[in-house]
Amino acid sequence: MKLDGNAVAGLLREIFAVEMTLAASTCGGCGAVHPVGRVDVYLNAPGVVLRCPSCEQVLMRIVHGKGRYWLDLAGIRRLEFPDS
Amino acid sequence: MAFISRGFKGKRRDPAASSRLPPGQYLVDGFPVLSAGPTPRADLAQWTFSIEGEVDEPRRWTWEEFRRLPSEKVTVDIHCVTKWSKLDTSWTGVSLDTLLEGVETAADYAMVFSDGGYTTNLPLEDLTGGKAWIAFEYDGRPLDPEHGGPARLLVPHLYFWKSAKWVRGIALQLQDEPGFWESNGYHLYGDPWREQRYWGD
Ligand SMILES: [Zn+2]
Repeated sequence: MKLDGNAVAGLLREIFAVEMTLAASTCGGCGAVHPVGRVDVYLNAPGVVLRCPSCEQVLMRIVHGKGRYWLDLAGIRRLEFPDS
Repeated sequence: MAFISRGFKGKRRDPAASSRLPPGQYLVDGFPVLSAGPTPRADLAQWTFSIEGEVDEPRRWTWEEFRRLPSEKVTVDIHCVTKWSKLDTSWTGVSLDTLLEGVETAADYAMVFSDGGYTTNLPLEDLTGGKAWIAFEYDGRPLDPEHGGPARLLVPHLYFWKSAKWVRGIALQLQDEPGFWESNGYHLYGDPWREQRYWGD
């Protein structure tokens, strides 16, 4: 049975409300695992850029403007964190 | 009746300067350093500048060859999408008209690429006609790595994220594709006078 995204609204709300700095991120480039709170961050830019401390690949790009967020997670293969 | 002129209490405005300020921008005296990653340290012996993609044949210059090309001194105003503008910045660079001279292409678009993986897209016509340079000096001195040295693109009529630091070449393309910031919320073109900051502006 195929449902639409509304069926996981509660699940996603639970997941995206967690303390993300404790999550373990797996780099999509080199596979290194680092807690999000320990990756390299560049704030003085048009957006925020998170990079892998092992290979410098971009993990995440966050742009905030016009009352919206744009979140690119293409560089992260996996996030692992405990439930609450 | 008391006449109160609020004008005298406000900040003194240079009318000539404010007419050069695009909407939503403010003036700075310093030169803020913006960076989306670590500052690459280029080895000039290995450095090249390339024009590739949809071209009759790719072009490539070593640093020595690039520096032997005719260069120009230009004084321009620059406008960062983070809202600061800086007037009368002076640069030395090689015009893109010089670099693209004799290049046969059917492309209408360009993807600029840099050390460190940064990219930015723009129409080819925004690189020609005396509007863009590969700059290697700022204020008469070699360009600091923090500001994009040894060489950066300078395309001052668009928001400054288009003026890619640590530039290494341009790929000419038949279609427009979004670069590093343009693919995640920032405007595909980025005209400061039309305040094209984000998608949909
Ligand atoms: Zn990595």
